[in-house]
Amino acid sequence: MKETSGMSLIVKRVTRISVSLIFLYGVYILLHGHITPGGGFAGGVIIALSFIHLVLAFGREAAFKRLSHEFISLAESAGGLMFLIIAVLGFSGGFFFLNFLRHGTPFELFSSGTIILCNIAIFIKVGAGLFAIFIALAMLRIPIEQEKG
Amino acid sequence: MIELHVILVLMIAASIVAMEIEDLLSSVIALGAVGFGLTLEFLLLKAPDLAITQLVVEILSVIILIRATVGVKLPAERIKARIGYFAFAVVFAGVFLFFAHKAVVQLPPFGEPIMKIGREYIASAMERTGAVNIVSAIILDFRGYDTLGEASILFTSVIGVLAVLRAAGKKKGKAQ
Repeated sequence: MKETSGMSLIVKRVTRISVSLIFLYGVYILLHGHITPGGGFAGGVIIALSFIHLVLAFGREAAFKRLSHEFISLAESAGGLMFLIIAVLGFSGGFFFLNFLRHGTPFELFSSGTIILCNIAIFIKVGAGLFAIFIALAMLRIPIEQEKG
Repeated sequence: MIELHVILVLMIAASIVAMEIEDLLSSVIALGAVGFGLTLEFLLLKAPDLAITQLVVEILSVIILIRATVGVKLPAERIKARIGYFAFAVVFAGVFLFFAHKAVVQLPPFGEPIMKIGREYIASAMERTGAVNIVSAIILDFRGYDTLGEASILFTSVIGVLAVLRAAGKKKGKAQ
């Protein structure tokens, strides 16, 4: 199990098509979180899964080319901070977590005020965090395995 | 609700398999079966939000577990079955089931009395937040504080995992 080579040609070809579809589905789940089931958390996990798909098929370098380690840690922190800032901005109208934006008409994509922004913040945070956990848990132990074998 | 019980029995069987089987990979797959059974249960109980989240988290955890267990040979230690331990376990399970049954039959039927605060949310969520999905409205608006706590839990766990598994500490411990 070499780190750089990834899996076979068939897997790589299929991955090239399916990764973008999974990514798109994650964004759909995220943006429609206030209309249909789903939301920031589920969308974030799906995005993390699309990058995990990339890592499993192409090896770790291919994914890090698109998504560097610094970017992951930055996104993880920025998502949490964005959520907190939205919450604190509620003080402009009175209290913590006030929905201070205009609510818009229900059943439209851009409605529901701060909920969609909160969804995006959680999405960034969960996606980056779970991808970092996957990298740490599943990838960092490969050198030890090679030493044993 | 017969299908609910069928899936529940399957989940119990899968978890027993996951505990008793010797091969680690088969154990992980049985664990995945438990998780997907839980997804179906959520769907049958009309909770699609939970079902989606459970499904994707289950896929992620199964991938991580398979990736972490494939090719690893743990020394299999069989605990010798002693009749005393077995009898104690059966007695304990019987006592637990007895009291659990006594408690469960006193529960109100499923979703029957809607609580006062829940009725308030259901009645006014759409006009007060503009979100049609009432679950989103509750977790990100009415109960945003809880979601903030959950986000900080995730943040702490990521920091913990990265601190325990960091590459810098590992190289030092290998001692060439």
